[in-house]
Amino acid sequence: MITYEWLYGLAGAAFTIWSLLSLHDRRWGNAGFWALLAASFLIGSHVSDLVNGLLVLAMVAIAGLGGLKRSDPPTTGAEERQRLSARLGNRLFLPALIVPLTAVAGTLLYNYTPLGQTGLFEARRETLILFGVGVVVALGVAMLWLRPPLLAPAQEGRRLLDSIGWAAILPQMLAALGAVFALAGVGEIIGGLASAVIPQGSVFLTVLVFALGMALFTMIMGNAFAAYPVMAAAIGIPLLVQQYGGRPAAIGAVGMLAGFCGTLMTPMAANFNIVPAALLELKDQNGVIRQQIGTALALWVCNVAIIYVGAFLLWN
Amino acid sequence: MNYWPLLGIAIVVVGFALRFNPLLVVVGAAVATGVLAGLDPLAVIEALGKAFNDNRYISVTWIILPVIGLLERYGLQQRARAVIEGMRGATMGKLLVAYLAFRQITSALGMKDIGGHPQAVRPLVAPMAEAAAMKTHGELSGDERDKVKAMAAATDNVGLFFGEDIFFAIASILLIQGVFESAGYRLTPLQLSIWAIPTAICAFLIHGARILAFDRRLGSVSR
Repeated sequence: MITYEWLYGLAGAAFTIWSLLSLHDRRWGNAGFWALLAASFLIGSHVSDLVNGLLVLAMVAIAGLGGLKRSDPPTTGAEERQRLSARLGNRLFLPALIVPLTAVAGTLLYNYTPLGQTGLFEARRETLILFGVGVVVALGVAMLWLRPPLLAPAQEGRRLLDSIGWAAILPQMLAALGAVFALAGVGEIIGGLASAVIPQGSVFLTVLVFALGMALFTMIMGNAFAAYPVMAAAIGIPLLVQQYGGRPAAIGAVGMLAGFCGTLMTPMAANFNIVPAALLELKDQNGVIRQQIGTALALWVCNVAIIYVGAFLLWN
Repeated sequence: MNYWPLLGIAIVVVGFALRFNPLLVVVGAAVATGVLAGLDPLAVIEALGKAFNDNRYISVTWIILPVIGLLERYGLQQRARAVIEGMRGATMGKLLVAYLAFRQITSALGMKDIGGHPQAVRPLVAPMAEAAAMKTHGELSGDERDKVKAMAAATDNVGLFFGEDIFFAIASILLIQGVFESAGYRLTPLQLSIWAIPTAICAFLIHGARILAFDRRLGSVSR
């Protein structure tokens, strides 16, 4: 049976290569950070929780001390890319399409044909495993078609990875924070407080508070990902899912999107709202936000309605 | 009832708002929450280590970077530009609605980096929108031109935010999966990403209508 461990082996190998290339490039902080992440993928299942915890602390220390830098591995220049792009045409999109097509078509085939009875994949893990398969296939196709130097995909991947930097593990860290919140009983505490404030049994008001909390916390922190474990632990899971029996997938997914509406309205999300205003040399630094508010508010109302209808009215 | 663990939430909010390194903020909040809930500090580090380990699948998605990087080496960004340039000739409203659709669809297919402000909006979408607006409405004031450019940037954001979650192998979807799994609810990425579709449709209709209304309003002012 193919499990997540196979995928972790693949990811571990990729991060090991990135770490070695960073080492060769004398970027010690990057080399250390990606080596620790590689170790987490390769041996995480075989070491104690404490060792895993220390791995996390070491990664956070490197990132916190500013040890991660951008890199500039050898790649093609702008003119050469223009020429290649004109020669290769829209076929360049095709290898990228292999990945979602493999994963989605594979998942559908696996779930709706007798293939599923073979037990080839770990239960409910097939989509992400098929994503890994899609990546390998796409890479193989691209290599055969384009014939780049053997190290090119690793170097090009490192260029992108180092531009993302420590943010690459932020979502995983936030999910871990969610788990610590759950362990510490944060959900029960807020659930108790909130049910004292929100009229008992008012599902709609609770949905409203959840979506409002996602948007407001996102606006304050500038980041829907950070707001998510907080609001899920506070209202999404204890009240909407557990107390009122709502559909977890709808509450989970659309709750995040309610947060994205907050991202459109806050100067704290500088990358999306303030940086472009500067890039476009707008006189008003909040000019982009001003054009987004109308969309964000209307869409937020839609999200409340989608959660209420999708998670409650169309469920059970 | 011991309310002290809530301080962890406050640390997240304040730490992010004050722009500390987010990884430090998260670890600080986790340790504070655990300790205030009465756990031993070592036990909190163990819990954090276990949770990080259990959620490794979220960071697996980066294995796609060699594919995207390799295609960029052969001109993927330039190809995306050519597609966007092909939208030329339309009115500003039609151009931005077409870009909105392009951005949503490519993000939903996992190619969220072929748009963006430095790569696409500044060099292409904003100047094209400005030129199209002037072709329809004649000379525009500085304020109006700024509004057109800002609308181009806004369209990129809306298209990205409400397209990317349809792609299942993206951090936000897997973060949702991780948080729910920690609480005992096992969801699959496709179960979650399918729920991003209604909002994506609403986003296209709402923002598309606002773009077209904006184009009409510009006209009525200049006439």
